This record gives sequence, structure tokens and C-alpha cells, in this order.
Amino acid sequence: MSPNIPDLVAPEPWKRRHLLGLQGLDRQEIELILDHAAEFKALQQSKTKLEHLRGRVVANLFFEPSTRTRTSFSLAAKRLSADTVDFTASGSSISKGETFIDTALTIESMGVDLMVVRHSSSGAPEMLSRYLKCGILNAGDGTHEHPTQGLLDIFTIREQLGSLEGKTVTLVGDIKHSRVARSNIWGLTKLGAKVIVCGPPTLIPPGIEQLGVRVAHRFDDLLPESDVINLLRVQFERQRGTFFPSIAEYAHLFGMNRDRVRRAKKDVLILAPGPINRGVEISSDVADGPHSQILHQVTNGLFVRMACLHLLAQRQLQERAD
Amino acid sequence: MGTLLIKNGRLVDPARQFDRIGDLLIIDGFCAEPGQHIGEIDQTIDATGLIVAPGFIDCHVSFREPGFDEDETIASGADAALAGGFTTVACLPETVPVIDTRASAEFIVRQGERAGRCRVLPLGAVTKNRDGKELSEIGQLIEGGAIGFSDGKQPLGNAEIMRRALQYTRMWNKPILHHAQVPELVHGGMMHEGFQSTVLGLQGMPAAAEEIMVRRDIALVETTGGRVHLMCISSRRSVEEVRQAISRGLPVTADVTPHHLLLTDESLEGYNTNYKVDPPVRTADHRAALIEGLKDNTIGLIASDHQPHAEEKKTLEIDHAPFGIVGLETLLPLCVEALITPGHLDWSQFISKLTVGPAQLLSLRAGSLQPGMPGDVTLIDPLAQWHIDSAQFRSRSRNTPFHGRAVQGRVESTIVGGEIKYVAAGRPAQEGRSP
Repeated sequence: MSPNIPDLVAPEPWKRRHLLGLQGLDRQEIELILDHAAEFKALQQSKTKLEHLRGRVVANLFFEPSTRTRTSFSLAAKRLSADTVDFTASGSSISKGETFIDTALTIESMGVDLMVVRHSSSGAPEMLSRYLKCGILNAGDGTHEHPTQGLLDIFTIREQLGSLEGKTVTLVGDIKHSRVARSNIWGLTKLGAKVIVCGPPTLIPPGIEQLGVRVAHRFDDLLPESDVINLLRVQFERQRGTFFPSIAEYAHLFGMNRDRVRRAKKDVLILAPGPINRGVEISSDVADGPHSQILHQVTNGLFVRMACLHLLAQRQLQERAD
Repeated sequence: MGTLLIKNGRLVDPARQFDRIGDLLIIDGFCAEPGQHIGEIDQTIDATGLIVAPGFIDCHVSFREPGFDEDETIASGADAALAGGFTTVACLPETVPVIDTRASAEFIVRQGERAGRCRVLPLGAVTKNRDGKELSEIGQLIEGGAIGFSDGKQPLGNAEIMRRALQYTRMWNKPILHHAQVPELVHGGMMHEGFQSTVLGLQGMPAAAEEIMVRRDIALVETTGGRVHLMCISSRRSVEEVRQAISRGLPVTADVTPHHLLLTDESLEGYNTNYKVDPPVRTADHRAALIEGLKDNTIGLIASDHQPHAEEKKTLEIDHAPFGIVGLETLLPLCVEALITPGHLDWSQFISKLTVGPAQLLSLRAGSLQPGMPGDVTLIDPLAQWHIDSAQFRSRSRNTPFHGRAVQGRVESTIVGGEIKYVAAGRPAQEGRSP
């Protein structure tokens, strides 16, 4: 380790072997990750390669296509000097006779310490955590959770606003099929933000208000009160049948455009988890405009993932030492 | 054949509203008047401390033969049935090929006889290949041994097909056992739709999908006079609808499974595929309504809904894993936990749901210990404490969420036609065989 780079030791309170979602984390744990990510962000200014994961093997096991998240995780591991292996697989294949658990066990047996798992089925990473010994990091499972995306959204907001306490964050769009929405809701509410979910009733899942969020259907009404607007992607690939009559009508009712920005708070933050459908949930000029946090989100994602990988790896070392 | 005397047991025979300590005599495979036989007894069982009940009947199980021997065969399924106290089971046609011809029905009967375990009866498919389009040869199926009709877990979505099936089966007064569900409303679903499905991110199956279909079926029964039996009802409103239909004198019956009486949708936390069942387990409110339905006899039957699946099929992502719990061998203790221990039903009421109810539904000469009835008997130790161990199952499959559960009440012995076919481990097969 180069002498002028402080050796970041993962903070003590972190006790988890896996990061499966934000549902199970408490406020302190979430803040721990965010703070740790901020430390990595500060360190990164020096452009020096860090050595926190030297000798560790991180496998990216993606059962669902992904470019952005996989690249981000891969780079995060590399920035920390881990050896990485990327593995793209289809899910269980009865015809081949191999289940997804078999696939993961095979990869793990090659000496993997941490496994980053993306899967189109909700709960797949949690199932794997019962079969595997390595640490599992959920990189998005079905319509359940995408914890690092939730964390990087929250990191970005916190960086801009200083604190989440009392801030109004509006999540717009396909809440029903969105794992990003669920992770955002768990994280944001724990940090004291007021969360509103807004979309057509066909895309609002039942009982969501029991998570402590307000449900609304008219986006325009929410513009004056929202400090942050997070525009969820319309998940065409997860929707079965039609949930709204047309893309044009969706954009008309829920799309963020110049006119809506004018009616929003003056310093509103506009987030979108991407990949964005330009002209659907967000117009191009807004995506590229001054309120947009889209590229900050991507940048911060790297540091959040570095923090998560490091915390899990440290926990593992500690367990082995015990 | 000879004589079998079961001594000093608590005879519980709900068909005769009979519950007292006494002896049961079986001569040449049939129940006889106590004291009818003078002379030596071939076999004697001391049933002191045990309940002596008519053999249980399960009106719908899935044995997967032919087609899916890796899950279950008729022989292994019938063996599991005996271990659960069942002397008669009716098999859903969830097979390949589907039981939609006389020859295939005869195959089930033949395999059941070959296995020589419990009585195995076929349910014929309502529609050819269970695809919901054309009626199968219902008359021929009956001649081949079919005792009722069902498309299994495939709902009859087409109301006109259902109407004709109800009309047509009237010729023989046979029931249609329906998995009442609107297919479009549950498409892709994995669990009850509600707060839990939202949190877990699993596609939901709304209770309305069942309720709408229950209403439709009742309306069709009203216009046709056919008989419908609703398998595994799971929702509060379904119970209410059936209650009203029965009060109007309609030939509508329903059953419920032990897992719907014990579990709620919260059990899906952790994504254990053994909790993935169809219909799904719902909320405590629905569960309470099912218990009420049993208490006032709106629900007259309990069924295991035995759905065996080989391990490799259940250790998949929850989206891909099939629905179902293997249920025959755990039904009794689970019902003791859900119904008897809390005082919802007494033993006689409970046994009635496994004997009188299904015997009436399927027009079987079974379900009672009355002299002249087949000597099908289940001996139960109501107080035995044990742990469910799926490794000990006689079923080929182990897909139960109840493995390891501490339970009370155990089937000690199962007798079919006067022959002792099953004896629980650790219990002497018979005592005092006369010389």
C-alpha cells in the first residue's frame, strides 16, 4: 500500500456476511456504508489504485443481462485490487439438468470470496446465500431489491442536500416492477425522508403504503413539494401485457420534461437509475440539464460498490480469524 | 381372509355419530357386528389408547404416474397414503398421457391393484388433454373406473365448457372437482397478492381470482343441476359464497388443505419454494375464515392436495419451481395442530371431513365402520409426540415445509379390507394371534 494513502479499515459495527437488500439494514448500517463510500470517493481523487481486496476473488455472476451494474461492480473490485471473474449465465435449465444453485456452487468452488449476483427471479440471491459459503452481494433480483442502486441514489441525494431528514423524495413510474423503488423506499424512509410513490394505479403494488410511503397518481400535483424526483424506468421487459394505453400517454402523464421542471422546486434534484428511455420517463433536455444527477449517480455507484465489497470482505476476514 | 379383532379402542364413526370405547370386528374384509363371530379370531390388535376410525379418503392427490415417475409412482404414492392413514385416494389426471380415455383410467386402476397398498381410484379429465377445449369421453372414463372428473390444477376457464361438463356429468351424478381460479388473474403469480408479495417482489395471485370463479361455478351449478366440488378453497369470500350456495340447497362442496389452515403468506419470506402452493397461502384473516367454514360444515372435506415434486424441481428459482407440497404423510398431525388442539373441531368432526365428506362426494361405499362396510380402518394415537422427518417419507418426494416440525398425533396402523397394510415404526404389527 502506498505510504500516502491512509489504510481504510472497515468500521466495526458491520456484522453482515451478505448484502441482500436494504430491508434488513438499520439506519446506522446504511449510514456506515454511505460514509465508507464517501471515504473511498475522497481517496479516489489521488487516482491511486487501492489494495483493500488484494488476494481476494470477486465473481460477478449475472443471470440477467446487465452492462452498467456489472461494469460498475467489476471496476469497483478492480480499483480495490481484487481478482475478478465475470460470468454470464442463463437461469436454471432443466433441459441441461443444471440448476442455478449448481452453477453458483461451481463458480464458488474456484475459490471465490465474494459473489455479486444479478438474477431475474426475486429471492435468487437469498436462496444462494443458504447454499454458498462466500459472501453474496445482491446486484438486483427480479422485482425485489437492488440495494447498491438504492444506496447510490441515497448517496447522491445526501451529497447534494447534506441530509435526507425531512426531505420529500418522489418516486415516479413503474413501482410495481421496480426493485430500485423498493430499495429506495427502505433506505429513504430509514434515513428520515418523506417518500411519495407516483404512477398509474396499475403500476402501484398492493399494500405499498404500509411501507410508510404516500401513494399519488397525479405527478403534476407533486411537483411543488418534491425536493427530489427519481424517475423509474418503464420496465417494458418485466411487464406482462399492458399497464397503460400507450407510451405517449405515459410520457404525457408521468414524463419529466421542461415544462414540469419549470413547475418544480427551483433546486429540484432529478435522478434516474437508467438506462433511461429518453422521451418516455424523461425528456432529453432534462436528462442533460442542470437538475439531472444521472451521471453523478453512475460515478457514485462505483464508490458505493467499493464500500459494500470492502465491508463484506472485512467481515469475512474477521469471521475466519474468529 | 379371516377375522381381525381390534380391541378396546375408541371407536369414532361420524357416519353413525358414534364415539365410544369398544371392539371392532372385521370378517373377510368387511366390518361385522361385534359378537357376530363365534370361534377363534385370526388376528387381534390391542387398540387401548388409540382412536379407531374409518379409513381416511383423500378426494384429490397427484401421483404423477404415468409420466413423472421421478416425483411419485402409484405404488409409492399409495404407500405414502397408508402411512398417512388413507385407505382410499382419488388421483388427479395430472399425468402424461392425461387420463382422458377409458384405457388410461383402467391403467390407474390396474397399477393401484398391482401395488396392493391402499385403494387407488382415477379422476378422469374433464377435457381432452386437460386443455379446456373439448370434453373428454366421460362415459367411457366412468366405465374405465373414473369416479369423478377434474382437470387438476388447470382451471376450466371457458364457462361454456364448464356448463356443458356440468350438464353432461348429470347422467351419472358425478362431481366435477374444480381448481376455481380465473387464469388471467393469476398468470405468472407465485403467492397471495398483498403486502407480502409487494415486499418480496413476487407476482401476486389475488384472492379475487378464486372468488370470481367460485361465483361463476355456483351460478352454473344453479342453471345445470350438475355437481361441483371446489378443491382447496383459500379465501374468505369463497367460504361465504359456498355457505350461501349450500343454504340454497345447491350441490356445491369444498375442501381445504392443512397448509392453508396453518400457514400465511408471511411464510414466503426467505423464498423457500416449499411454500409455493396453488392456491397460495393467504393472510391470517383468510385462514380464520377457512377454519370457521370447517366448523359450520360449509367445508365438509379436508384434502392433502398431495403434490410431489422431485428435489431438483423445487431447488430452482421461485419463479421456475413448481407449485405444491407433498401432503399425505403429514395431514393428520398438522390438522391436530390446526384444528383439534385449539378446540376448533373435535375428533369426530375432524374424522368426518376425511371419511363421510369424501365418501359422499365420490359416492363411495366407504367412510364408515358400520357392519357390512369394507374393513378400512385407521388407528390413531392422538397423543403421540414426534417430529416430522421428510427423510422417512414413503413418498418419492420430500417437498414439505414442515420438515423438523414438532407435532402431536400419529397414524399407528392402516387397515385396508381387513388386511393390516401399515404399522408405524416401533409398534408391534399385531398381538395375540390366536393359534
